[in-house]
Amino acid sequence: MKKLTMKCSTRMDLLTYGAVILAYVVLLVLRDGGHLSRSLTGQLVPICCYVSMAVSLNLTVGILGELSLGHAGFMSVGAFSGVIAAMSLQSAIPAAPLRLAVAMLVGAGTAAVAGVLIGTPVLRLRGDYLAIVTLAFGEIIKELVNCLLVGWDSHGLHLALNLTGNKTIADLGLEADGIAIIKGAQGSAGVTTIATFTAGFLLVMITLFVVLNLRSSRAGRAIMALRDNAIAAESVGLDLTRYKMMAFVTSAALAGAAGALYGLNFSSLQATKFDFNTSILILVFVVLGGLGNMLGSIVAAAALTILPEALRSFADYRMLVYAIVLILVMLLTNDPTLRAYRDRILAALSGKRPGKEAL
Amino acid sequence: MKKKKFFALVTAMAMVLGLAACGSSDTPAADEGGTSDESSTVTAFKIGTLGPLTGGTAIYGQAVANGAKIAVDEINAAGGDIQFEIQSEDDTNDPEASVNAYNTLMDDGMQMLVGPTTTGPAQAVSAVAYTDRTFMLTPSASSTDVIDGKDNVFQVCFTDPNQGTAAADYMAENMAGAKVAVIYQNDSAYSQGIRDTFVAEAGVQGLEVVWEGTFTKDTATDFSVQLTAAQAAGADTLFLPFYYQEASLVLNQADAMGYAPTFFGVDGMDGILTMEGFDTSLAEGVMLLTPFSADAEDERTQTFVQTYQDQFGEIPNQFAADAYDAVYILKAALEASGCTADMSAAEICEKLVEVMPTLSVDGLTGSGMTWDASGAVSKAPMAVVIENGVYVLP
Repeated sequence: MKKLTMKCSTRMDLLTYGAVILAYVVLLVLRDGGHLSRSLTGQLVPICCYVSMAVSLNLTVGILGELSLGHAGFMSVGAFSGVIAAMSLQSAIPAAPLRLAVAMLVGAGTAAVAGVLIGTPVLRLRGDYLAIVTLAFGEIIKELVNCLLVGWDSHGLHLALNLTGNKTIADLGLEADGIAIIKGAQGSAGVTTIATFTAGFLLVMITLFVVLNLRSSRAGRAIMALRDNAIAAESVGLDLTRYKMMAFVTSAALAGAAGALYGLNFSSLQATKFDFNTSILILVFVVLGGLGNMLGSIVAAAALTILPEALRSFADYRMLVYAIVLILVMLLTNDPTLRAYRDRILAALSGKRPGKEAL
Repeated sequence: MKKKKFFALVTAMAMVLGLAACGSSDTPAADEGGTSDESSTVTAFKIGTLGPLTGGTAIYGQAVANGAKIAVDEINAAGGDIQFEIQSEDDTNDPEASVNAYNTLMDDGMQMLVGPTTTGPAQAVSAVAYTDRTFMLTPSASSTDVIDGKDNVFQVCFTDPNQGTAAADYMAENMAGAKVAVIYQNDSAYSQGIRDTFVAEAGVQGLEVVWEGTFTKDTATDFSVQLTAAQAAGADTLFLPFYYQEASLVLNQADAMGYAPTFFGVDGMDGILTMEGFDTSLAEGVMLLTPFSADAEDERTQTFVQTYQDQFGEIPNQFAADAYDAVYILKAALEASGCTADMSAAEICEKLVEVMPTLSVDGLTGSGMTWDASGAVSKAPMAVVIENGVYVLP
């Protein structure tokens, strides 16, 4: 019995990797053959970022079982630290792919540090309390970045916190050759965009690899045991704090890498992008895809990122239609009645006659 | 039984949705048909506008789309060699959505871009347009970051530094001895940008800034703290470099607490008179910098305001006028460069970049507008004061 379930989950993992690789190859061939619209081509990197965000949040929400409403905060930390790294290493590392990799590592590292800082006090809480505190964390990050002034010149990195609100980038005292990287509330502008679809694909694969392996490891089973019954798990000697931190920090680091890729895909970036709405959007991907279901998260993130663009023909009703589609999809995937309908329609489509007359 | 009811409900919902979709897509389709019929003899240039048609800043994006449409209709009706086809996309004031919308426009064959409307999205799109070599003329994105280092990006509005400096100069000249308090939104690139240059220029001009206060997008509902502090600091002039929604609240709350300084806004204040549910008597005496006044006496402005009112039922703001001018600027540039509609976006771009610094265009928002190679426009900002619900020159 045990062997069978193990096999089943491995098969599911392989299917997930396979689906991602297949999607990458197909899209790459289509894009290079010029069959992909510009609209979709432009969304490839953001989709990879959101997929990676959804998979990493699924680690916290689905596997660790804690509701986090501040995932965009880690994305923000990763994005801005990644942008700082990439901009200041422009002359030191001329090769764009290498610089991108370094920026993503810096993004992941900084987000991991933020994860430890926030995780230490927060993971003592449970359920709703934890959700509220992570929400506050996301807001704090947004406000901090709004106060942050960063510049780079031949002397190195210049940092200032504009807490009183009357400093500008001129107060950093940059030399003539210096570049302003983050201008407080105005965010960063003039970023050299070095993100590529291949980097996005690699990020998704690494994220999947880390999350899926963590889940099937000894630590992963401990994490899930804590999720299912913390008291029972602790009574057999599992270290609650250690395993919680492990999942939480891993999730934060992966989100940071995704943020760095996102930040380097657009020429301008403001902290307001990573607000509460973005955290909720990512949570929607996870819930729609199914808690703990990585393939579901991937599909949901990709579909819901493309959907608003695909609905452009609805003009002003676009976001209304998006909301209605979201409600219908949630019902279709989770309402038992509608699921029965869906299954019946699928059966009819595949040529099998439904067992009994509808209704 | 219950099941049946539920299914019926869902089906009904889907049908309503379908109908709504038909309703919305019918109108633009009919419009496009009309345009292409007229221009069937001469091939039309395809231009696109980008801006927030939905969301909190929708009034700007809609004004841009409407203003550009009026200009296109006029040009097409006049039937010259240059005809336009126009398409407007929604970017919800988000850089990511704006880049997506830009790509959609490019998919649909756009040759020149009039947009984006707001600064954040414009920064992101200008980088893409620069790489693609698509000619971009933004009606209203005023940050210098939009045009910096991009030879093919031009502005119709004046830049943020220009506005902050002009506001300080105006105050120093006409309101000598004023004690100024500044309230600004420190998570908005636009607001922060104007505040920075205003304070710098105020220092140069010897204008006294007695107090500065900030707010963010999330705290933009209650200004009593800032107002009380400004009053306590003895400010008799309040500089408000942000958009009109927040400004309307400031005016309301200042009125409620009986504080009546001189309010001074910039171009974001434009639109306050047409805001739904706002008591325009509160805006009496408010001063603002704007390049456009709907009450100007000249015939072109009058015709434009009349057409706008007939078609869209409201008085056009500065954004509409900027977009209207943008289309005429494109027309002038196309004429000067001798481009034809069958050229690719990149070819048109190279030719337009060459002729832009040689142009001088008279528009609704300024006469004799000229551009330098950086993309910034040179025209004079104008201060107006609101009296009896209309803008008048002080």
